[in-house]
Amino acid sequence: MVTTNAIHESLVKIVGKSYVSASREEKYFYARDGGLMPPHEPDFVVLPRTTEEVQEIVRLANREKIPIVPAGAGLALTGLVIPQKGGIVVDMKRMDRVLEVNEKARYVIVEGGTTQGALKSYLQKHHPHLRHSIPDAPPSATVVANAVIHGQGRLAHQHGFNSDMVSGLEVVLPTGEVCRIGSCSVSSYWFSKGPPLPDLSGLFLGWFGTTGIITKLGLKLYPCKKLRDVMVLLTDKVELVPDILLRLSHTEMVEDTVISAQPLPLRFRGTFWIMTYITGDSDEELEFKRKMVWDAVWDYFQSRDVGFISTSPEGKAPLLSMPSKDTTRFADVAKGGGFQYAGPITPIEKFPAFIRKLEEVAAKYNVFYGSTTRLIGSGHCMMFSFSFSFNRANPDEMARAKRALDECSKFALEEGAVLWKPDVDEQKMIMEKMDPNTLELMRKIKRLLDPNGIMNPGNWEMR
Amino acid sequence: MMQQKYVSQIHRCFRCGYCKFPTDYSSFNCPPYQRFRFETYSTGGRLWLIYAWLKGEIEWSEHLAEILYTCTTCRNCAEQCPMKFAPDIIDWIVGARSDMVEKGRIPPRVARFFEAVQGYSNPFKLLRDDRASWANGTKLYSPGDEFLLYIGCLGSYDENGQKMAKSLVSVLKAAEVPFGIMGKDEECCGNEVYMLGEMGLFQNIAERNIQKFKKLGVRKIVTLCPHGYHAMKNNYPKAGGFEVYHYTELLAELTKAKKLKFSSNRIKVTYQDPCFLGRHNNIYDEPRQVLQYIPGIELVEMERNRKDAFCCGGGSGNFVMDLLAGDENSPARIRVREAYATGADILAVACPGCMTMLTDAVKTENLETKLTVHDISQILARSLS
Amino acid sequence: MIGLKFDKTKCVDCKGVFCLTRCQYLQLDRDTARKEWQKIVDGEDSFVLEACTTCYACEEYCPFHNHPFYLIVERQEQKGILPAPRPIITMWINQCQPVGRFTVGKVDERMLSYCFLPHFNTLVKGKLFDDTAGAVVFGQEFFCNAVYLHYAHTSVITERLPQIVANIGKLGVRELICLHDECYGTFTSLAPAYGIEVPFKPVHYFEYLYNRLKGLGKTVKKLDVKAAYQRNCSSRLAPETDKLVDDIFSLIGVERVKREYDKENALCCAEIIRMGKGPALADDIQKRNIDDMVKAGAEYCVFNCPACWDALADKVARKGIKPVHIIDLCKLAIGEAQSLKLPELAVEV
Repeated sequence: MVTTNAIHESLVKIVGKSYVSASREEKYFYARDGGLMPPHEPDFVVLPRTTEEVQEIVRLANREKIPIVPAGAGLALTGLVIPQKGGIVVDMKRMDRVLEVNEKARYVIVEGGTTQGALKSYLQKHHPHLRHSIPDAPPSATVVANAVIHGQGRLAHQHGFNSDMVSGLEVVLPTGEVCRIGSCSVSSYWFSKGPPLPDLSGLFLGWFGTTGIITKLGLKLYPCKKLRDVMVLLTDKVELVPDILLRLSHTEMVEDTVISAQPLPLRFRGTFWIMTYITGDSDEELEFKRKMVWDAVWDYFQSRDVGFISTSPEGKAPLLSMPSKDTTRFADVAKGGGFQYAGPITPIEKFPAFIRKLEEVAAKYNVFYGSTTRLIGSGHCMMFSFSFSFNRANPDEMARAKRALDECSKFALEEGAVLWKPDVDEQKMIMEKMDPNTLELMRKIKRLLDPNGIMNPGNWEMR
Repeated sequence: MMQQKYVSQIHRCFRCGYCKFPTDYSSFNCPPYQRFRFETYSTGGRLWLIYAWLKGEIEWSEHLAEILYTCTTCRNCAEQCPMKFAPDIIDWIVGARSDMVEKGRIPPRVARFFEAVQGYSNPFKLLRDDRASWANGTKLYSPGDEFLLYIGCLGSYDENGQKMAKSLVSVLKAAEVPFGIMGKDEECCGNEVYMLGEMGLFQNIAERNIQKFKKLGVRKIVTLCPHGYHAMKNNYPKAGGFEVYHYTELLAELTKAKKLKFSSNRIKVTYQDPCFLGRHNNIYDEPRQVLQYIPGIELVEMERNRKDAFCCGGGSGNFVMDLLAGDENSPARIRVREAYATGADILAVACPGCMTMLTDAVKTENLETKLTVHDISQILARSLS
Repeated sequence: MIGLKFDKTKCVDCKGVFCLTRCQYLQLDRDTARKEWQKIVDGEDSFVLEACTTCYACEEYCPFHNHPFYLIVERQEQKGILPAPRPIITMWINQCQPVGRFTVGKVDERMLSYCFLPHFNTLVKGKLFDDTAGAVVFGQEFFCNAVYLHYAHTSVITERLPQIVANIGKLGVRELICLHDECYGTFTSLAPAYGIEVPFKPVHYFEYLYNRLKGLGKTVKKLDVKAAYQRNCSSRLAPETDKLVDDIFSLIGVERVKREYDKENALCCAEIIRMGKGPALADDIQKRNIDDMVKAGAEYCVFNCPACWDALADKVARKGIKPVHIIDLCKLAIGEAQSLKLPELAVEV
């Protein structure tokens, strides 16, 4: 075992003095995220600029058997980039370029730390008729990290998880080799992450950086129409929500559907707000789609169970903005600077049961709640969020919020949902429930790729 | 008061990171984050570290203090933060600094800054007697003059600032504005001292200045520097009884009233919004109006402009201490590259802090033959017929 | 005793049954109208109760000021008829519920009521409001609650309004300048109709604007423009204020264009109708209304109600007509800038 000093020097040699820290301040900050998982400090934080530098860092870590944790903006809130066993946090955000846009094959290649915000802005400026599926995380979230956690964005209804939209990867393996995944492994084009080859992207997506560090990512882009609008449907009957979602999806006219439920401000209490986004290249196209949406629920409108709220252009602006700042604002509803959510991926039929559970748990632990659900695929599943806000200056409230989250996660898993971006404890719950042969397969893959167990240890750790 | 407020509020930051961006998310707009790239140097990082320090989870260190003092109080974070407390963020930073000052735990460069202002009434440790050495017989303020022209430390002592002062004087004379300066009697405005958290010293400076203004019977002050403008307008005790203008506001009035005659000046100009004029005081139009009034001038905008303008890195005393220097990612160097990319011949400024930071950066970036930094009064002076 | 003071004897003598025969949406002959109205008076079922768009116009059409519309709403509530989907009504009832959050500016004998409309934060500025700046009440605790007339819930009004009136009274307000017709109509028509005493004098902001403009004398310049005036539903509760529009227009040199849908035949913004009856009728009303403005050669569409602004400003602008709130129109006449403008909505992607 070499000394800490020697490792520090080696890291300095790789990335330069300015981009390595073993200072108390950086260790403190990178030991935690905005959520409720207990902190754990890294020994070093490094900021590489190139794939070669990442390789060198990984080789060093593998040689010295030091844990290594690739990090984006740490916005999962479930502690996925908290270095559970110390070691080196690799903050990827200096690798922030948009490398290539192929307009005709509709994909973009970004570096491992490019932010969602930068990509959005780049496309708007240079390729205004193309877009990507922007998640509602703050714009500092990185494209790669979001794909690695199977994030969802504004095109989830039409095109699925953001990881479904990956069209190629460049990965530094835990042993230091650089590896290309997908069409880019045999071609200069990054149009497919797998097909027609064996799809190896599954070795990295969803693994939370435990099998390698993604240094480049190809992402599918989609048509960006000139006009966009949101229709806001309200119902007070929770049991109608799944059917309304299916009807909206049936129109094949809706780009994105988000359901929000929260007790405050008062205007939201007692009703479920279904935000339905439509797009068009002309007023006529939009008008046609509006009519389709009305028609889809017309009988519910006549029975007075579903209504549409008229919203002014100003009122619509925050709903149309991407990412949604309102999502982030939930963290400060109680002037406390904190929120976390359990976001199980679940069949949409579970919506009423999950809402009831959310209300029950919020009352039990006396915590403020909200829920934002997003439809994924044509009704194939949804991300249901059990969200709790808390005051960061109130440890008791934080503990109650954590217990509330744990109870909701456990409930969701029992109900047949699969937990999204699970924290280390939830990962254990999932693995306990998992088919043993599947778990064994995961174990073999992990051992094969990361023989020394250096990659983000503590996560997907199979006993 | 402000300190108590920050102590009870600072935990509200969620470290979401909106504070790092301009409105369109195209790049990073927080000067220290752009320079150092550790999360700790972003506003979220800074606020979390201050909270940790308050809770006793981390000890004071020089590194912690440097992280705190690399913030230029450019106010981009307050502009972008989605939370309700956004307008208070600068107060929180200043509150934490004042706590550090009270405890005597500040970086040496900051301590030297205070010593200089305390002893010499300027941050350069230059002689008080030399304060008006640039002035070359400019008339001293006397009752009956409409305006007191307040020059500030950079205008008085810095080579580039002095050029600004001289040209502004010549323009005001050409427009026959009745004004005078304070000469050797002028003192530091205290804005940087305030932003760096030395509240006691700031109070003294403010009171002394107000007394001097009162004694002279000053009713209207026009400042060369947006920093002085900000301090006098927003942070001096309200009892001052005088109105404060930035010189670009006055020039906008004068050009609108056709008090100045111009000949055509065919140049391409881009404009750097000073943080203390723009984001802090919402003055974006007047400087542009002045430039556009000059026939022949083509005003082109940098990618980041107005409330998204990228700070030169000089705020909070950094035009002297320069805690963000030493790298191609130093804010001033990034900014002159951005200005150069517009194809402009001239990078127009309205602040002697921007002037000195960007002039240096133009040299470092080897752009001297391609891009010239001039303040708005210099451009005006050269266009007078 | 709080309850609707409705005098059925007045209806017996009524020849025209104008409340129903003049309805813009029902097209009833006099006999049918009389029959249906009698049913409503007697508390029997009538298709009118279901068909009502809640446009408020019958309040204006009744020559006896007998409050036919309030009676319709009473009956709708008694019969559980929902003029809008239930969740929409729930949303409204919840959102305006008083919760003890008093938003009060400088307390004065003469205060402005912003109702529950944030638009007035933008609109109220400049010389016109020199006298009153900052003396403002806003929000749930001062909200007139007339909106529940659209939602068959006079019970919410009778429950909340007395407290609202008391909240304003407690401030020592002598004159309340109402910036929204809904408040003015509540205090001058709805409250008296229900026997709720109003301990202050409601002043319509048209009157305030007119007097301010008079006071500003020569600084007021003639605008010399043609404008269509967009009447709002709640102006039907105080139709006498319509004349003030003409008075203000003549002071500032604005021609109120002659058109089919103005004055008593005005069409409302139709967004309440959209929420209650669906898009076909609402789209038709808006189209007829805006086409009429275009045909009449209007350069401006002048709004009184901020909710109409939200509904139509964007749509009239697309037809080349400049939307402006009447407060802003007065500002233009004294050389100040328009403050309530359409957001420049770039397509966000």
